[in-house]
Amino acid sequence: MSNATDTNRWRRFAEWDERMLRHDLFAAEDPEAGFSVFRSPYDPEPSVAATGGHITEMDGTPEAEFDILDEFIARYHLEPDLVDEAMALEDGAIARMLVDINVPRADLERLARGMTPAKLARVVGHLSSIEIAFAYYKMRQRKTPGNQAHVTNAKDDPLQLAADAATATELGFDEIETTMRVASNSWSNALGCTVGAAVGRGEALFQCSIEEAEELQIGMAGLATYAETISVYGTERAFVDGDDTPWSKAFLTAAYASRGIKARCTSGAGSELLMGFHEKKSVLYLEARCLCLQRAMGIQGTQNGGVDGAALTASMAGGVRELMAENLIAVWLGLECASGNDQRTSESEIRVGAKITPFLLTGSDLITSGMGSIKKYDNSFNPSLFNGEEIEDWMALQRDFEVDGGLSPLDEDRTLGLRIRAVEAMAAVLEELDLAHVTSAQVQSVVFASGSNDTDSFTAGTVTPVSDAIKQRGLTAVDVVRALAKRGFAEEADNLLFMLKQRVTGDYLQTSAIFRNRRVISALNDPNNYSGPGSAYAMSEDRWAAVQNVRGVLTRDRVLAAEALVAAKTPQWLFDTGLAAKGSNPHEVVIGVSPAFGQEIHRTTAGHALPDVIAALMKGIASGGGTARLIRVRKSADTSFIGLSAAKLSGSGYGIGIQAKGTTVLHHADRMPHMNIELFSNAPIVTLEHYRALGRNAALHTFGQNIEPVVVPTMGEAMAARFHARVAILFAIETALTDENAPPVALSLSTSEE
Amino acid sequence: MSAKDLYPLAENAPDLIKTPSGKSLSELTVDAVMKDEVTAADFAISAEALGVQAEIADAHNRPALADNFRRAAELVSVPQDVLMETYEMLRPGRSDHSSLCERAEMLRCNYGADLMAKFIEEAADVYERRGIFAKRY
Repeated sequence: MSNATDTNRWRRFAEWDERMLRHDLFAAEDPEAGFSVFRSPYDPEPSVAATGGHITEMDGTPEAEFDILDEFIARYHLEPDLVDEAMALEDGAIARMLVDINVPRADLERLARGMTPAKLARVVGHLSSIEIAFAYYKMRQRKTPGNQAHVTNAKDDPLQLAADAATATELGFDEIETTMRVASNSWSNALGCTVGAAVGRGEALFQCSIEEAEELQIGMAGLATYAETISVYGTERAFVDGDDTPWSKAFLTAAYASRGIKARCTSGAGSELLMGFHEKKSVLYLEARCLCLQRAMGIQGTQNGGVDGAALTASMAGGVRELMAENLIAVWLGLECASGNDQRTSESEIRVGAKITPFLLTGSDLITSGMGSIKKYDNSFNPSLFNGEEIEDWMALQRDFEVDGGLSPLDEDRTLGLRIRAVEAMAAVLEELDLAHVTSAQVQSVVFASGSNDTDSFTAGTVTPVSDAIKQRGLTAVDVVRALAKRGFAEEADNLLFMLKQRVTGDYLQTSAIFRNRRVISALNDPNNYSGPGSAYAMSEDRWAAVQNVRGVLTRDRVLAAEALVAAKTPQWLFDTGLAAKGSNPHEVVIGVSPAFGQEIHRTTAGHALPDVIAALMKGIASGGGTARLIRVRKSADTSFIGLSAAKLSGSGYGIGIQAKGTTVLHHADRMPHMNIELFSNAPIVTLEHYRALGRNAALHTFGQNIEPVVVPTMGEAMAARFHARVAILFAIETALTDENAPPVALSLSTSEE
Repeated sequence: MSAKDLYPLAENAPDLIKTPSGKSLSELTVDAVMKDEVTAADFAISAEALGVQAEIADAHNRPALADNFRRAAELVSVPQDVLMETYEMLRPGRSDHSSLCERAEMLRCNYGADLMAKFIEEAADVYERRGIFAKRY
């Protein structure tokens, strides 16, 4: 470590500069520039006036000056017979109702139908982050939480899309969303996800995100079961720049329903700011306008919570709280909520984990409106909050908090089997429909690929003719059913047919509909009726068992079996030679080992074989001019007491205590049990050289020298996380062998006493 | 059975629902697809089914959603190209007051789309007032 200071600066700041967090931007409040979160001085005061069942003023604007958003909200969202009652209630009183377990969700939804955007924004502004989360827990529409996946890749490769879609359904995703690198590949992408989603569980809803007109056509062909791209904005100028109006979007909403396709709108804080038309309003107020519009249009649900503007909103103070608040307004308005969390809002993994936690605790109709089930670089929507890289972290969080985040740990063999099945099904469909010829090398490369960098398959360029052919020839999902059945993929054909049949009844057009076990579950037949402890969604025993079963769970049997394997390979090397006596050699160091040392346990947590550890200690003692003697302590398995017992039998008064797991102490006979001279508490990072140095120190102490203790350097590893679960199981072996009445015995490294 | 109890139709009232070509749900099988007895046109929602879903949505206190289903029911028989053309006309700067009103009248006369016609006529008035008909490119 150099002592030179080249800057007049605390070095910690330089270290902080190197952390990923410093890539994030933090924006100042500036209402003039559109940077205000919950409230801007330019936000209108909530107000409403109605005469004869007709709204004549809303949020300070008289009817004559209504812009297209006001006009639509006033006509189709506000219910004239509710406005007086709802608007008269004090903001704080309504906020308290939102978190009151005794006020039913339906009562609040009724009031929301009489509240203006400014009023809704004001009310949720009264809630702290934890209150918003709790209100969301009570107000979300469907009782059973769900989740949505992004399935895309950088090459628009349909084989990989099929494999990854199948993997996503196996993970438990209820919806699969794709988009492409090249717009003209949309039909091929849709086909890839259609086939992949039919493999395995085979009941995930799937969509292809593209320009509105194209998306509706893809849906009509049966190659999409839902649509999520009906974008809505919070100012007139932004809306018109988005090339739509509330009426055109409402028309499109009805068009989707007329074709039996589930649909939801998309909106989010920050979009107007990104488009340059924010009218100096707070992002929450603008989003409240968007959400009132959506209810007015009669859409069943919304994708909101920042979405593309999430990182921008998160750059503002209180921005993450706002993202939660807008989701709350969505469900309060009776909308299904696919609650964002689909943009990497930070480069800090801590901020990412913190961002998702309230949503995991509260649950949501779709916790993310697109979790990257694929690798970050393959995400054609841009990286999501969580991605293929972090899926197991998500599983761990579900397990930590005992919450259902919609995902289940994967079984390696089964997953590989599904991927093979999906790619083969996709190849069969491409061949059967005369769209492309697929080689076995392509299939092989995709099945094992974690991402498109690993594949030797289709590329964006070679896919385009396939996509064009699907569109030009007017192929539909029925052709896909036929191709699957003809090529022997009966189960997949049946799954796809099941999804197509759903459009006949339209059951999944109702609020928050997804499929579980081939049954539609929605806010209608699985309503969230939270009314306090015991009334919330709870995982079934089977579901909880699945959630717990992440990879590499330790069980006592597995830990002991691993030790038994080592034991079986280790011949006996420590021999009991009778009771241990008190020594008289002034330079003797007694090494006391624990009850299981070299008996049931034969290696330390660092992986050192115990014979090597003993050899290192003895070598060290000899190099310091001391004599080593071995004993086994049986009264206790505690390092301090073993060390003290050894010291009390030592001619020099110095003893070393060591447990089988490697924890070691240097002790003296005159000390209190837990007042040792030196201690290796972090056995996993202790090297044989450290043991040798400790032995040497022990011997030097017998000559009355002042000794520099051995320091085992730590790099700050989370030792407890890495070792405690295993150590607790192993240590139980030690404690089970202790015997209060058993005196220490002398040990020898050979069968005959020297 | 009240509308509320009909949901989901696939479980509680499968016989109530027919495909546009008059088939029942149980006839939609992979076998039937293989024999060409069922085509893509059979996997479509009918105006009647949307009407029932509208009643269900109303019964569950979702009036705006119910209205959307009622508007959708009117669009079931509207061909895809007319549908897309109408959507295009409703976008900013694509048409004018009279052409939009003509379109509304056409939907009313040819497809009995009364609700949607009224909706489009209302849009024409609002567009006019707010200058939404201005050409954008």
